[in-house]
Amino acid sequence: MIKSSVFICGLAYSSFSSAQINLPNLPANMGDVHGNFQATAQYYLPDSTIGAPNVPEKMLMNGFANIIYTKGKFTAGIRYESYLGALQGFDPRYQGNGIPYRFATYKSDALEVTVGNFYQQFGNGLVLRSYEERGLGFDNALDGIRLKYEIVNGLYLTGLVGKQRSFMTQGPGLVRGFDGELQINEAFKKLADKKLRLTLGGSFVSRFQRDEDPALVLPENVGASAGRFELNYKDFRLNAEYAYKINDPNSANLIGKIYKPGDAQIIMASYAKKGIAVSASASRADNMNFRSDREASVNNLLLNYTPALNKNHTYALLTFYPYASQPNGEFQYSGEVSAKLIKKPTWKMDILINYSGSNTLDTTLLNPYFDNTLQGYTINSYGPGKEVLFRDFYVELNQKFGKKIKLSLVYSYQVYNKSVIQKAGFPTIHSDIFVADISYRLKKEGTIKLEVQALSTNDDHQDWGQVMVEYTVNSHWFVAALDQYNFGNDKIKERYHYPSAIVGYNKNSNRITLSYGKQRAGIFCVGGICRLVPASNGVTLTVTSSF
Amino acid sequence: MKHTVFTNALGKKTKMSKKLIFATIGILFSFSAIGQSTIPAADVKAMDGKTVNTSKFSNDGKPMIISFWATWCKPCKKELDAIAEVYAEWQKETGVKLIAISTDDSRSSAKVATDVKSKGWEYEVFQDENQDFKRAMNVGDIPHTFVLNGKGEIVWQHNGYADGDEEHLIEIVRKVAKGEKID
Repeated sequence: MIKSSVFICGLAYSSFSSAQINLPNLPANMGDVHGNFQATAQYYLPDSTIGAPNVPEKMLMNGFANIIYTKGKFTAGIRYESYLGALQGFDPRYQGNGIPYRFATYKSDALEVTVGNFYQQFGNGLVLRSYEERGLGFDNALDGIRLKYEIVNGLYLTGLVGKQRSFMTQGPGLVRGFDGELQINEAFKKLADKKLRLTLGGSFVSRFQRDEDPALVLPENVGASAGRFELNYKDFRLNAEYAYKINDPNSANLIGKIYKPGDAQIIMASYAKKGIAVSASASRADNMNFRSDREASVNNLLLNYTPALNKNHTYALLTFYPYASQPNGEFQYSGEVSAKLIKKPTWKMDILINYSGSNTLDTTLLNPYFDNTLQGYTINSYGPGKEVLFRDFYVELNQKFGKKIKLSLVYSYQVYNKSVIQKAGFPTIHSDIFVADISYRLKKEGTIKLEVQALSTNDDHQDWGQVMVEYTVNSHWFVAALDQYNFGNDKIKERYHYPSAIVGYNKNSNRITLSYGKQRAGIFCVGGICRLVPASNGVTLTVTSSF
Repeated sequence: MKHTVFTNALGKKTKMSKKLIFATIGILFSFSAIGQSTIPAADVKAMDGKTVNTSKFSNDGKPMIISFWATWCKPCKKELDAIAEVYAEWQKETGVKLIAISTDDSRSSAKVATDVKSKGWEYEVFQDENQDFKRAMNVGDIPHTFVLNGKGEIVWQHNGYADGDEEHLIEIVRKVAKGEKID
């Protein structure tokens, strides 16, 4: 399957598509009805060479439609979801049809009341983030009641109680949350025009789940709290948050259920003015896996979010070995500089350099024989541990020659600890990746784009290459063809090609795409949350529309 | 005989539901002539951290463009870069204002301000970290661009960006500025 890089940034590996119908609206006194729709159907051909499994149903389809009604301060909506055979790579617990999302909201200037499903993030998400990534098959919406109130100018309070979505059902845990945010410059009139702007925030989240463990006495109420601030001064910005969670033995713990409390910190600083930008961030998470069900695994029923700080890549071979954040224990850092180097009408050039890394924490495992209180491990020092989880040194040069030619050149060196991030028992992968992406705008209409990528490594399946040609005919039509080729595989018989082709039609906000070809088994990630996608061979049709 | 009765009954039933369908379609079409939807209310954050209600977006009776983007989205940034080069001319000609809505989450939200400033974008930029506005506007994949008329009504939208699309966008804005109808 191809990700069309020219057109859209699908959060989905399969969402190189999207489309518009100007639907009729109700008259002003009757409100508006709006929504969007997406369906992806894939016809699978078994292909034992690349490991594409035999799909007994032959064809599978995921689809959804949001329908939202708005009248003045009142909004209500539903999402109908359909998994008539969830696509390969989606959790099979997505099965059948239903309306797992429905809500009603009243929002005035100061007060907002929501009943039903809602998404909510407190601060950076260290103690609470319910959100959706439809392309990833990720949705941990809450179902319950939420109140938001701006009690005085600049002081925002949010309270919520709910249960969390788990595929087509709900998890057993009860979630209660409260957040307060004070925007100092809004709250105090004297400070309204000051260049220094400060926001303070604090949140508390508690999960209740009965203790039915036959052996251990588990806390039924688990609380997590966080404090944060954000500071803006002219072109400078600083954001930091600290979170703490009480002991919460759960099945996502690294070494059996442990009673160690958890904590996480994140700090992000940036400075920018016209032509140059610098940013740096660091984060640390220690035993911060927090879910509304202590027995849940993988990506199910996550309550909080520890962001991966490494650079978000779009080119295929740069995301071959993607980092997933490790809330059980990680120390991350990232720094980025970007600058405009040349600014002539006929030649523009800018550069971006990023260096990101992640290590385990500096810990010592406790001898289970002496670990009477089941703490699992101790922290030796606050800093990073010795084991490397991920590294990415990245340089990108973007050039524009006149109005017609654009050229991007990318080099990246990555280190990927496969046995921690994916599955135990694999060696760490070191790779060099090169990308050249050139596009030429044709005289009258249309653009031709050529993308060449190479990944060189002695590990895993060795060297890969990818060539893609894309022709955007006009703002409605595009066609593309690509081949991904494992040309350096040490096992000569396994030097497979993964060719595919795609055609897309796009008008306003209606989009239809049809693709045919092979897709390599791989990991698809958004924001450090990942899922495995099996190899496939077949035809995919995607229709998207918003109205 | 029984058979006829059955058919008749069925026929009647069909007729009735057809009437209903026609009535519904009729109502929908009659609505279409009257209303255009306005900006839904959601809370987003300005670059200085201030909370802003999206239903308050306005441009003194002139057209507006609302563009959803993210720091990791290449086509989005291509589109906003391309517009930035001609934005001053567009503003002079049509009075248009562009509001750029970043959907970055906490992973990359720190890079929004740096991108905007270093690129020299003169747009009004807001962060929609909880994606409330994105959902309210029924935006799926980005870039997704809306054109609003002087009354704040959404008159046109487009998903995706291909080189040169901004030329079509300004055509729409020109029509809107003149009060012409968009099909």
